[in-house]
This record gives sequence, C-alpha cells and structure tokens, in this order.
Amino acid sequence: MPPFLYIFLGALAIVSALGVIIQRNPIHSLLSLISTLLTIAILFIGEDAVVVGFLQIIVYAGAIMVLFLFVIWLLNLQVETGPTGHLALKAFGSLAAALLVTELFFVLAPPHLQVKFTREPVGYGSLASLAGKLFTDYLVAFEVTSVLLLAAVVGSIALARRLPVAEEQPQPRVVEKIAS
Amino acid sequence: MTIELIAGAIKAILMILLGLNLSLFLLYFERKGSALIQDRIGSNRVTITGLGKRLGMPNLGIINTTIADPVKMFTKEDFVPAGADKFLHTLAPFLALFPVMITFVVIPFGDTISIAGHRIGLEAANLNAGALYLLATIGLGVYGVALAGWSSNNRWALLGGIRATAQMISYELAMGLAIVSVIMTFGTLNLQEIVRGQGGVWFGFLPRWGIFMQPLAFILLLVAGAAESKRIPFDLPESDSELIQGYFTEYSGGKQAVFMLTDFAEQALLAMLLTTFFLGGWQVPWLMHDGFHLPGGAFLAVPALAVSILGVVAFLVKVVALCIFLGLVRWTLPRFRYDQLMRLGWKALVPLGLLNVLLTAFAIVAIGRVQ
Repeated sequence: MPPFLYIFLGALAIVSALGVIIQRNPIHSLLSLISTLLTIAILFIGEDAVVVGFLQIIVYAGAIMVLFLFVIWLLNLQVETGPTGHLALKAFGSLAAALLVTELFFVLAPPHLQVKFTREPVGYGSLASLAGKLFTDYLVAFEVTSVLLLAAVVGSIALARRLPVAEEQPQPRVVEKIAS
Repeated sequence: MTIELIAGAIKAILMILLGLNLSLFLLYFERKGSALIQDRIGSNRVTITGLGKRLGMPNLGIINTTIADPVKMFTKEDFVPAGADKFLHTLAPFLALFPVMITFVVIPFGDTISIAGHRIGLEAANLNAGALYLLATIGLGVYGVALAGWSSNNRWALLGGIRATAQMISYELAMGLAIVSVIMTFGTLNLQEIVRGQGGVWFGFLPRWGIFMQPLAFILLLVAGAAESKRIPFDLPESDSELIQGYFTEYSGGKQAVFMLTDFAEQALLAMLLTTFFLGGWQVPWLMHDGFHLPGGAFLAVPALAVSILGVVAFLVKVVALCIFLGLVRWTLPRFRYDQLMRLGWKALVPLGLLNVLLTAFAIVAIGRVQ
C-alpha cells in the first residue's frame, strides 16, 4: 500500500472516529462509526490481511451496525442538546481520560517504543493461511468459542421468549352483554 | 503494469456500463413486458419527430421508456420535505446505489484472452477472496434504504425503511449459506476459478454446471436474492397499497430514479451471480479450448478468438435470460404478507441452507470434490 494512501485512510479513520463522539445526532454518530470501520477494513486489506478486512465489513459494518441502527430507532433516541449527567461523573470521566492519555503517551513515546515492526510474507493474511491456523494450531479454542457463541444464542432466545400466559377468562362479548 | 492498469479500468467501466444497460433493459421490460403479460398496449406515445411512424414501423415504446422517462425524472423538481435530515436525505440514494455498482467488478464475463502478447483475464478484478467481497458489498446495501426511510421524516417511509432493513438482513443469511455451499463444492472463493470449475461434461452430454451439483443452493440464492432486491413478491418495503411507496415515498425526481435504478441493478446483479455460480458463467456447453465436442462424438473446430467471443456472448445470453425470468416472476406472483415473508426466510430458507451445507460437506468427505 503506497504511503500516501495509508496516511489518507488513517486520517480519514481518525476524523470519522472523532465524528462519532462530536456529533449530537445518534444516527450521524452511527454513520461516522460505519465510516471508521470501513476505512480500517480497507487498511487491513491494503496491508494484506484480506480476510480480516472483509470479515470486518461483513460482520461489523454490515451486521452489527444495522443492529445499532435498530436500537437507535426502537429506543427513539433524540438529538442530544447538551452535556448531561452528574458533576461527579463528569469529574471522574475527565480524570479517567487524562490518565489514559498519559498512559498512552508513556507507552508510545519514542524512547519507550519497544515494538519492532516486521513484514510478514506475502499471503500471510489470506484465507488459506488463516483457515490452516484455525483448524490446526487453534482448533480447540476455535471449536470451544463456537460452542460458547451457540450457547449465547440459545440463552438469549430463552431470555427473550415470553412465558406462556395463563389462560384468561373469556370476556363476555358485547352482543352477549346487550342481550343479558 | 501500465497496460494492465488501463485494461483493468476499461473492464471495470465496461462492467458498470453493462449493469446500467441491463437496468435499462429491465426498465423497458417492466413497462412493455408487463403490458404484454397483462394484454395492454403499454407506452407507445413518444417518438423523435415521428420518424418511426413515417417509416411505417410500430412504436415499441423504446424511446418512451429508455429516453423520455429518465430525462423527465431527472428534470423534475427535487423536493426535500420539511423536517427531513437534508444531508442524509440526499446521501441515501447514493449509499443505496454505490454497493451494487461496485459489486459488478468481480463478476467474470469471459475466459483469459491474449492480445498482442498480453494475457488479459476477462473480469475487472480477479480477487482471490471474490465471494467474501460479494458478501461484504451486498451487506452494505442496507444502509441507503434504511437511512432513506429514517431521514424523510415520514411514517410511511420509516415503516418501509424498517421493513426493508429487517428483510434484507434476514435474507442475507440464506444468501450467504447458498454461496457457502457453492464455495465448498468448488473449493475456491475466486469467482473466475468457480466458473472454470464448471467446464467439461458428465456422461458425455451434461454440462458440469453448478445447478446440477447444487440445485437446492440455486433455488435458495434465487429466492433470497429476489428478496434482497426488494421486488415483487418480496416488495414489502415498497408495497404501494399499504405504504404509498415505502422508504422512498418522500423522494422525487432524480433521487427517486436512483432508487429505481438500484432495484433494477440489484436484479441484474442477481442474474449475474446466478449465472456465475450455477449456470457456468461464460462456459458454452460442449465448447472446449479448440472447438465444440458435441455429445454424439462430433467435433467442430473453432478458432481461439471466436471461443473467447462465444464465451462472452454466452454469459450475456444467460444473464439476459435470467433477467427476463425474474421479470416474469415479478409480474406473476402476488405479494407476500409480512409474517409469511419472515417465516419463509427464517423457518424455510435458513434451515434448508444449513442442511445443504451439511449435505455438501458429507458428499465432499464421502466422494471427494468433483474435478
């Protein structure tokens, strides 16, 4: 991936990520989030992690964000008019944010930068290599995760299912009322 | 390198133009074909200075439907209702059209040809993860429709948008399962390789097309794809007798034309996908690299260039035939009720798709891949 494209996409991802928290309309925030996910997916694809990139689009941008859209619709979230919440919450929030920024600065500041960037061989992120890893080295973890997800699906259905309501006494119909 | 880039650009533009022209053909078929089916005359008014009439030709409504109507729509007032989210209202039609248009580029429309020493594959983008790309772009199509419904500030539009969203994400699952069983059969995600895998014959006469290996997946993809493209009998999001025009009630002029174009383009895309996965793509029955090997043992030599051209023609013929078939279905069946739609999607198509994946896996383990 040429550097200018990398920088452009990276900048776009950061701008859209800022849009998620700056916009007041929840739908606009959601669109910014989708845009962030898509740009990061393209970055993945450009860096040879093809499957991860496409799965990010299919799963996150294509499915989970639609769920978010439904939640926003069904809860009827309105445009936020201004900052809300308790003063103590705001104070703690600011403190936590400041701590996080400090931590990030110390981890990523050049003298502490311990990460060595290495270039993986071509085809590292292809479906064949990913599937090979999943079904050999990580087979047990993969299968256990799938059973866990299945259990979560069944559990959520069991929670969402309405219990059968006890038979109600049949109400006398209007005609019968009048007749009596 | 430069030549490959130029060739790639030309092929991408060709594919998008093919999609647009097929949409136009579908629009024509929608108007005049439906008139034929319903024993009406259909549009036959517009001529260019009465030229056809002077030459004594019947007016087939071609100028009506393909030139006059689009020009009329694009010159009408573009109205944004009060209280609508103006930015999203404008963005939504393009968000709906864009994913469909970029999906056309992975469809292979011919075999590799050599021109002046350069080998050029007749597909705009030969992606190794082509099927994943398809699923990704088709999954993004839901946003345009959903946001159109939401941003219009209209209850009919919102209801249509919610219906469309629920319908599209429900049927995506069945669609994905159908595509998964095809991928398992051919052992590759590359669409060009899937088409190559459908060359040759069985028992000396039956072409090795995907439809004979995966008949259930063909039906699943046909039904789920028709539901994805939101046409009758799955036009619940638009259903004009209940929701005026559903999610694009508040659209007029060019933007409404873009929504209609999206529906037609989705139908054209579905025809191309069915052709690629199940009808052998550009494969001509009994045509090998050197010529026709007819079932009776007869052989007819065909020059190499003619074989390539025949392949492209075969692809187009199959796609247009499927487009006409989809149009016939659209004018034959009545609309489903919403509960029927959901029951069909979740209780019939998804279990059948899972069963088909399971059976395919068993068959591959038991007898190996068909090669």
